[in-house]
Amino acid sequence: MYKIESKNVDFYYGASQALKNINIAIRPNTVTALIGPSGCGKSTYLRLFNRMNDLIDNIKITGQVLIDGGNIYERGINVDSLRKNVGMVFQKANPFPKSIFENVAYGLRVNGITDKKFIEERVETSIKQVVLWDEVKDKLKKSAFELSGGQQQRLCIARCLAIQPSVILMDEPTSALDPISTAKVEELIYEMKSKYTIVIVTHNMQQAGRVSDTTAFFYMGELVEYDNTKTLFINPKEERTQNYITGRFG
Amino acid sequence: MINELKIIKSKRRNQAIAFFIFRLLSYSIVAILFIILSFIIVKGVSVINWNFITQMPEEGMTKGGIYPAIIGTLYLVAGSMIFAFPIGVLAAIYMNEYVKDGIAKRIIKQMTNNLAGIPSIVFGLFGMSLFVNKLHFGDSIIAGSLTLGLLALPVVIRTTEEALKAVDNTFRQASLGLGASKWQTTRRVVLPIAFPNIITGLILSVGRVSGETAPILFTVAAYFLPKLPTSIFDQAMALPYHLYEISTSGTHIEESRPIAYGTALVLIIIVLIVNLLANGLRKYFGNKVKMN
Repeated sequence: MYKIESKNVDFYYGASQALKNINIAIRPNTVTALIGPSGCGKSTYLRLFNRMNDLIDNIKITGQVLIDGGNIYERGINVDSLRKNVGMVFQKANPFPKSIFENVAYGLRVNGITDKKFIEERVETSIKQVVLWDEVKDKLKKSAFELSGGQQQRLCIARCLAIQPSVILMDEPTSALDPISTAKVEELIYEMKSKYTIVIVTHNMQQAGRVSDTTAFFYMGELVEYDNTKTLFINPKEERTQNYITGRFG
Repeated sequence: MINELKIIKSKRRNQAIAFFIFRLLSYSIVAILFIILSFIIVKGVSVINWNFITQMPEEGMTKGGIYPAIIGTLYLVAGSMIFAFPIGVLAAIYMNEYVKDGIAKRIIKQMTNNLAGIPSIVFGLFGMSLFVNKLHFGDSIIAGSLTLGLLALPVVIRTTEEALKAVDNTFRQASLGLGASKWQTTRRVVLPIAFPNIITGLILSVGRVSGETAPILFTVAAYFLPKLPTSIFDQAMALPYHLYEISTSGTHIEESRPIAYGTALVLIIIVLIVNLLANGLRKYFGNKVKMN
């Protein structure tokens, strides 16, 4: 049983086609890296899984995207509950202008949870999961903006974990971080794998190699190659993949 | 080599000349404001005292104070804002957060801009025919407030829209990504972030409304009233109109000249206070927004 499947997915921004007939199947509890040069469609593809592209006007999607076997683009799907199940971490750490505590509690509150004790416990476990607890436990009431960039990004991951999604989408989560913070986030990704299915967009080949089990290489809206990360990096079948991962273009 | 030196020199000279002109023009703005202010202050400060702002006018506006005009202006500003704030803010939220790009949005936008371009005297005429005559409010605070509110509406809509646009889209995405609805996202994330700028826009439109004369001309303003208005269906005096009247059509224009400058000074001070308040509030809420 696959966690995520996309079948013959085409995606259009207005008249221009951004994704061409994408077929991918992702196993549960794995990390999948989406790589490719800027504008290749990897971020667009990632945002299909929580229907974040819906926010853009004039888009068209054909084909099927299945999560746990159900087509998330079917009529009558509740997008809010889909997004509760499919969390997202963004390129730039974007904590809300609220306290550290309220940032993590936000997802619970908007989903109707009011039990104070429950919220407190969930916030604590979530922050502990991202190994941030010791750094923030004495200043939970302080603004999230007081944290460093790396801490903010881990807080955003905690915010996403608090509502207990089963899939986590990460859109270049470390591109704005220094090497130490990057290493911490990568370590987290590795640990989170046991509980979640993770899809990560990255520009960093080494990162894809370090954190992912499978890798998909996109080029100009096409899925060029999708394979085990090791196979894809060491023994790619396609010349375009070979050229990209060795830095000959991109 | 010599040629190159020449080029460098001429580049520097041109830059110096350009910057000199820019600097001159920038400072001239400050100078103009300063001249206007000092003119009004010098001419008006002598008549300003406690009695001037708390007493009724006397002896055909040549003596006494301008208390009813101050009160009238405050009523009109408050009334117009009660009308314009909610409608303007909600319209802007709807336009910026809900409507997709398309013909409907373009039409609303264009109409808002057109509304902003209508001369204020036309608003006055419209207010008179609709509120005063058709709805039988008569010359009254309510008619004047509604007319001024209409005038302020495009300003409120536009500043609110700008404030909402300034909110980074990733905040919306993060909130929606956590399963929040559009309304939850707007109310809990977007509005708190945009709030300081919305408030500033609103208060600046108060400044604008408080100085308008034409819209109140046919809808509310009274030349002289012996008592303060007691209901929203009463006429009222107002600072800008008072200034206009005693400067142009009074029976003792020369004698009431100092009062005119005093009135102008009070009006400027009110607008200035409002602007300072806007700045203060923006800073206050700007700091507060990070926390809640």
